[in-house]
Amino acid sequence: MVEDTIAAVATALGEGSIAVVRVSGPEAVASVAGVFRSKTDLRSVASHTVHYGWINDPENGQILDEVLVTVMRAPRSFTAEDVVEVSTHGGIVAVKSVLGLLLRRGVRMAEPGEFTKRAFLNGRIDLAQAEAVIDLIRSKSERAFQLARKQAEGSISKHIVPLRGNLIELLAHVEVNIDYPEHDVAEVTAGVIRDTCGAALAQVEELLKTADEGKVLREGIVTAIVGRPNAGKSSLLNALARENKAIVTEIPGTTRDIVEETISLGGIPLRLLDTAGIRETSDIVERIGVERSRTALNEADLILLVINRQEPLHDDERQLLRELKDRPSIVVVNKIDLPGVMKLEEVTDLYPSDRIVFLSAKEGTGLGELETAVSKLFFSGSVEAADITYVSNVRHIALLHRAKSSLEDAVKAAAEGIPVDLIQIDIASAWESLGEILGDAAGESLLDEIFSKFCLGK
Amino acid sequence: MGYRAGDYDIIVIGAGHAGSEAALAGARMGCETLLLTINLDMVAFMPCNPSVGGPAKGHVVREIDALGGEMGRNTDKTFIQMRMLNTAKGPAVHALRAQADKFLYQHTMKETIEKQDHLTLRQGMVEDLIVEDGKCCGVVTKTGAEYRAKAVVLTTGTYLRGKVIMGELMYESGPNNQQPSLKLSDTLRRLGLELVRFKTGTPPRVHQDTIDFDKTEIQPGDDKPKYFSYETEYMEHSENQMPCWLTYTSEETHKIINDNLHRAPMFSGAIEGTGPRYCPSIEDKIVRFADKPKHQIFLEPEGRNTKEYYVQGLSTSMPEDVQLNILRSIPGLEKVEMMRTGYAIEYDAVVPTQLWPSLETKRVDSLFTAGQINGTSGYEEAAGQGVMAGINAARKVQGKSPVVIDRSKGYIGVMIDDLVTKGTNEPYRLLTSRAEYRLLLRHDNADLRLTPLGYEIGLIREERYNKFLVKKDRVETEINRMKETKFRPDEDVQAMLKACGSAPLQNTVDGLTLLRRPEVTYGMLEKLSPSSAELTDDMKEQVEIQIKYAGYIEKQFHQVERLEKMEKKRIPENIDYGIIHGLATEAKQKLSNVRPLSLGQASRISGVTPADLSILLVHLEHYNRVKAAQG
Repeated sequence: MVEDTIAAVATALGEGSIAVVRVSGPEAVASVAGVFRSKTDLRSVASHTVHYGWINDPENGQILDEVLVTVMRAPRSFTAEDVVEVSTHGGIVAVKSVLGLLLRRGVRMAEPGEFTKRAFLNGRIDLAQAEAVIDLIRSKSERAFQLARKQAEGSISKHIVPLRGNLIELLAHVEVNIDYPEHDVAEVTAGVIRDTCGAALAQVEELLKTADEGKVLREGIVTAIVGRPNAGKSSLLNALARENKAIVTEIPGTTRDIVEETISLGGIPLRLLDTAGIRETSDIVERIGVERSRTALNEADLILLVINRQEPLHDDERQLLRELKDRPSIVVVNKIDLPGVMKLEEVTDLYPSDRIVFLSAKEGTGLGELETAVSKLFFSGSVEAADITYVSNVRHIALLHRAKSSLEDAVKAAAEGIPVDLIQIDIASAWESLGEILGDAAGESLLDEIFSKFCLGK
Repeated sequence: MGYRAGDYDIIVIGAGHAGSEAALAGARMGCETLLLTINLDMVAFMPCNPSVGGPAKGHVVREIDALGGEMGRNTDKTFIQMRMLNTAKGPAVHALRAQADKFLYQHTMKETIEKQDHLTLRQGMVEDLIVEDGKCCGVVTKTGAEYRAKAVVLTTGTYLRGKVIMGELMYESGPNNQQPSLKLSDTLRRLGLELVRFKTGTPPRVHQDTIDFDKTEIQPGDDKPKYFSYETEYMEHSENQMPCWLTYTSEETHKIINDNLHRAPMFSGAIEGTGPRYCPSIEDKIVRFADKPKHQIFLEPEGRNTKEYYVQGLSTSMPEDVQLNILRSIPGLEKVEMMRTGYAIEYDAVVPTQLWPSLETKRVDSLFTAGQINGTSGYEEAAGQGVMAGINAARKVQGKSPVVIDRSKGYIGVMIDDLVTKGTNEPYRLLTSRAEYRLLLRHDNADLRLTPLGYEIGLIREERYNKFLVKKDRVETEINRMKETKFRPDEDVQAMLKACGSAPLQNTVDGLTLLRRPEVTYGMLEKLSPSSAELTDDMKEQVEIQIKYAGYIEKQFHQVERLEKMEKKRIPENIDYGIIHGLATEAKQKLSNVRPLSLGQASRISGVTPADLSILLVHLEHYNRVKAAQG
């Protein structure tokens, strides 16, 4: 089966000094060559050779990163298709921008497990491993699905749902004009299309702007560090930041004026909520306690409850332990470098012991255990799914770009007097691209819209 | 009691729009075919509106014609008005719609059937199917006649346990007070087929001489009408068309309906069948769209030699006395005489996911179903399925593989794929918005899409096919010529551009570039640079459309190409989804139920995710390799 060309990040996030974007398929070489600036033309190089150069965006000439590109031609590659690997600098920014650029230029984001699937279908993987391939697809897809759903519930859907609503209303109206030409429903004019699509276009552009700034489309597991005053929250935060050579992004203020930081814990991106709050409160410990943490607690995917073992377990902490028992959370028993007072049984009575970690934030000991615990909690001991989180944002951006260009086409076509049923193709594809961001299947809903809004029939 | 009445290749049960096409197709493909109908006077009868075509439906009629079916020709022979709709929109949605003389329509179709070689038309009500070893091999009629055949096509329309409802009145009946088919439903259930109950309806008919046309607006046909069939060259009755008339409901109409809602079976719960959303009764419209002050009512003549008028927009199951009051509240109908009362009709249909894309049932070998029994509504939808069921029954008899039209090749393909893959929870009507490749499925190119197939299966004769090849060749040659022809910014060209309001040329361009300007037509360029070949209007239209919309057309072709790979990946018929490791439970259920024949079809089943498809693909590869290894 001849396939389209796919791409994905092949290395774990944040780890190592390089990151790799893998591209596979018949257009792999051509698509990378189109953005590769170098003395050599990738189209004519020999298989299994490495080339030095820069990735640049041909639209604006902007250089994205200095890279090494490896070309492996079919069938001597992992997938038995043409494969190109682009090695960028480590961290998120470079690899993300390179992948994003390729997606914008027509390469498709690989589905979970798709490289392996292709390797199998092309005979590179032994028949005996078919079941393993299936397991990989299943597990990766499920995780991707969960993460995607989470994101769809997030802030981006607040913008996209009404945007799609306007577009489907327009589409339904156009369809009614086409399928019921003699009905007394006003004809959609080119002006209406221009206005509606123009407004949608402006919103998509706004979203893209904020997406690039990282305000709307952020990556990582939303993490809250909670605990009583003086439990060591800020020390833990500092330790995490210090231990990780790369603080990958720093995202100043959202609407609520809460500072967030993304750190990489053993390759897993954690987006820490309310880090400013934590730092502040360490100075004014008496004023703000568990109360403030509660706000963050409601928004987090992961909660780290820090308990100071130099003090007896407090009622607030008992309450929290009960609440957190059934949520993705980890209890961090801090200050193991100092003599303890707290009785561990009191914690284990209320909370599963396999999610309790002992460390000294001040000394920086035990952070490895925390890393393992987080990893186990989210990725069954593997970090590979973490990249799904951040690349799905790249995918979102690519989809927004696609919606943008469809809307631009629609606006232009309306101005040129192109027939409405042709412009409809562009409007529909914008609507579908936006739907893909939400993971929403378009299906029958257009017909539902038509028949609920218009009175039709003989 | 019973007696052996005859042996055939194919038996078609029901001679409505689906049955007529199925029987003609079977016979024309050389199969000895028997067409049975409850009442010989009802062949190709139009129990509802006297019109054929419109968006999507008109496209289907053209497709039927391109395949060698009869509906297009029959409509051309019998229309009293022809109109091209959507002419202000793009070529893909231009749609021909005819008002037919409904009596002439059925008589003409009956005559065609009677004259057809290998085809026997007979009156008889089928009450049972003969099934041996899971294969349908005959039918038994009420009179005890037992007919044997190698394939049976069921096209029962709304006759299957039909029940007519008018207000408080309810009785077992087929459409237009015909005898219903009461026993066949039990047979189908016994054979393991799941049935659903659907509902449809029709408005009252009124007497022409009691209509005050002065209070209505005239709706004439086109001066120079086009025809449905690619074979029709000219019809004399084009010069003598009958208009339709437009009026509206009044405040009084809405009041009468609201005051009598307690007598409306739609709301009293008397109707159990599911009706179509796109064809609501007037009482439904007024309740659901209470804000709308008036609704359109079209008055359509039912034929040249009748005074009956069809009141489009007034489908209702209100009691007879209320219907009369409703009619008389409408401007122009104040003194109207009602000739036939409107009614709702409930009937049994087969859940269409029980069919293969060939329209053969999965349960019973050699048993095909087509038309309303498959959950559709509309003459055109029925006829489209009828042609395909006839073709595939014939191919089955002849030991050939079934013919399935891709979604990218025809509305018939879209419809059948929707039915057998997704099923339907209301009577299914084709809409152009159901087609993802609307631009490719144009009214104008049905022959280019399907006539080669019609020829291949033996329904298009040599002479017509050769004519088609000439057309195709001349169109292609002319497009190439336009590509080679240069237009310089000289006086003639600039004058032409100025005349049509297009910007003057800066540089020399080829014909393709110039024709893609919205204001420029092929006719203008033809004057500046005439073709040496003789081109008919039909060919010129094709040249213009293919050049003008090439960008959009190519985009859609590209999409089709990408999905084609999925369509070509076949899934064995008897694959056991239950044992496929890794498939989600929902996917297992849905796939086992539909049993898609290709990965493409599987992808259109709701609830089957991309991950499930990937897993299925890996499984198929595994299966094929193991099979290959076993040799």
